[in-house]
Amino acid sequence: MTIVDRLMHLARRKSPRIFHLNTGSCNGCDIELVTCLSPRYDVEQLGIHLEGSPRHADILCITGPVTRNTLDAVKTAYAQVCEPKAVVALGSCPASCNVFAGSPMIAGPLEKHIPVDVYVPGCPPHPDAIINGIAKASEILANRGVREEAKGKPQK
Amino acid sequence: MSFFGLIRLFIFPGVLFAVPAGWFFVWAEHKAVARIQRRIGPPLLQPFYDFIKLLGKRTPARTGVEAVLLKLYPVFSVLSLAGALALLPVFPHSAAGFSGDCVLLVALLEVPSICYILAGFTSGSIYGQIGAIREAVLSVANNVVLLLAIVTVAVTENTFRLTDLAGPTMNPGHWIGVLGILLCIPAKLRLNPFSTSSAEQEIYAGSLTEYAGAALGLWELAHALEWVALTGLVATLVLPAALPWFLYAPAFALVCLLQVLVLSAIAAGTARYTLQRSINFYWRWAGVLAVLAIGSAAAMRFHL
Repeated sequence: MTIVDRLMHLARRKSPRIFHLNTGSCNGCDIELVTCLSPRYDVEQLGIHLEGSPRHADILCITGPVTRNTLDAVKTAYAQVCEPKAVVALGSCPASCNVFAGSPMIAGPLEKHIPVDVYVPGCPPHPDAIINGIAKASEILANRGVREEAKGKPQK
Repeated sequence: MSFFGLIRLFIFPGVLFAVPAGWFFVWAEHKAVARIQRRIGPPLLQPFYDFIKLLGKRTPARTGVEAVLLKLYPVFSVLSLAGALALLPVFPHSAAGFSGDCVLLVALLEVPSICYILAGFTSGSIYGQIGAIREAVLSVANNVVLLLAIVTVAVTENTFRLTDLAGPTMNPGHWIGVLGILLCIPAKLRLNPFSTSSAEQEIYAGSLTEYAGAALGLWELAHALEWVALTGLVATLVLPAALPWFLYAPAFALVCLLQVLVLSAIAAGTARYTLQRSINFYWRWAGVLAVLAIGSAAAMRFHL
C-alpha cells in the first residue's frame, strides 16, 4: 500500500456515516440503533454519524424483514450509497424474516436482493452488538476500497 | 497584489491557517455539544478523516449542465471564503486594504449562501428545493441585520476600510454593531436554533441532499472556512490592533474559539426554530435593534 492508500484506509475506517432504513421493522431494532447515539453509548467517539441522505452515507443499516412495499426503497437506497459501501443487517428480521417468515407480504430475507456484509443477530440486538457490527462493517468497507483501487491501477 | 496580500491569502489568516483552524472549530463545536450532552464526542481529527474519506468516494456521473454547476458551487464557496479571509484586517497597518474593502468582504461572505440556494434548486431534489427556499428566506432576514450592524460599525468610524474599523473603540456604536454581527452568525452557519435550512433528518440534508463524494467534502470545507471567516471578523473588531504579532495571533485564535464555544452551547441548548419564528427573531427583534443602533450611531456621527 502506498501512503495515500493507507491514509484513505484510515479515513474510511474512522469516518463511517450510516444511513438507517426501516423495511417494515417492529421498531425494536430502530430504537436500539438510536440508543447507540445516546450519551450512554455515544457512537460519535468512533466517528459514526447518522446521515439523513443515503448519498452522504457509507454504511446502510437495514432493519425489518423487507416487506413487498419497501423492496423498491431498499434497492434505491442501496444504489444511492456511493462506493465503497457496506450493508449491515440489524436484528433477526433481515437475516431470516424472523416471525414473519412465510408471509405473502414479505419479500425477504434481505440477502436475496442486496449483498449483506455484516449480520447483527438479536431481537432486538443489544446496542453494543450494533456498534460492534458497524465497526466491523467500516473495516470491511475500508479494505474493499483499497482492493477496488488496486484493481483499477495497472498491474506491475 | 502585494507581498503581504499573498501572505494573507495563503498563510495567515488565509488557507494555510484557516483550513486546519476551520476543521478544529468544527471539531470543537461537535465536542462542546457532546460534552454538554454528557457524551465523549468525536476524536480531534474527525473533520479531517471525513474530508479525506469523501475525496475517496466514487460518485455516480451526472450529465448535462447541472453536472458542471453542482461541481462549481462548492468551489465558488471555498474560493470566496478564502478571499474573505484574506481581506480580514489581522495585523492592520496603513498599507493594507483599500477604501471600501468592507463592502467586498460582506459580498464575499454572502457567496456561499447564494451557492447553497442555487445548489438546492439545481439538484432537482424536492428536499434540496425546500432547503434552498428556507435558506433564501432566512438569509434575506438575517442579512438585513448583518448589513445594518456592519454599517453601524462603519458609521462610527466614518470609513468602509477594514483596517480602520479593526480594534476596539470607546464608541458604543462599535460594540452594538459587533453584537449585531454575533446575532447573525448562527443563521449564517445554519446552527441551532436557526438550522431550518439544513434541518438534518427533517428534510434529509436540505440543499446538499443530492451531493456526494468530493463535492460534499468541499461543502464541508466551505462550512469550516465560514466558521473561521465569521468568528475572525468579530475577533478583528474586538482585538486591539496595536498588539505585537506574537500576542495578536494567539489572541485571535482564542477569541474565535471562545465564540465557537458560546455558539455551540447555544446550539446544544436550543431546539430548531420554525422558519416563521426565525424570521420573526431577525425582522422583529434583531432588526429593530439594528435600526436603532444605526440611527443613534448616525446621530452621534453627524452631531444631530
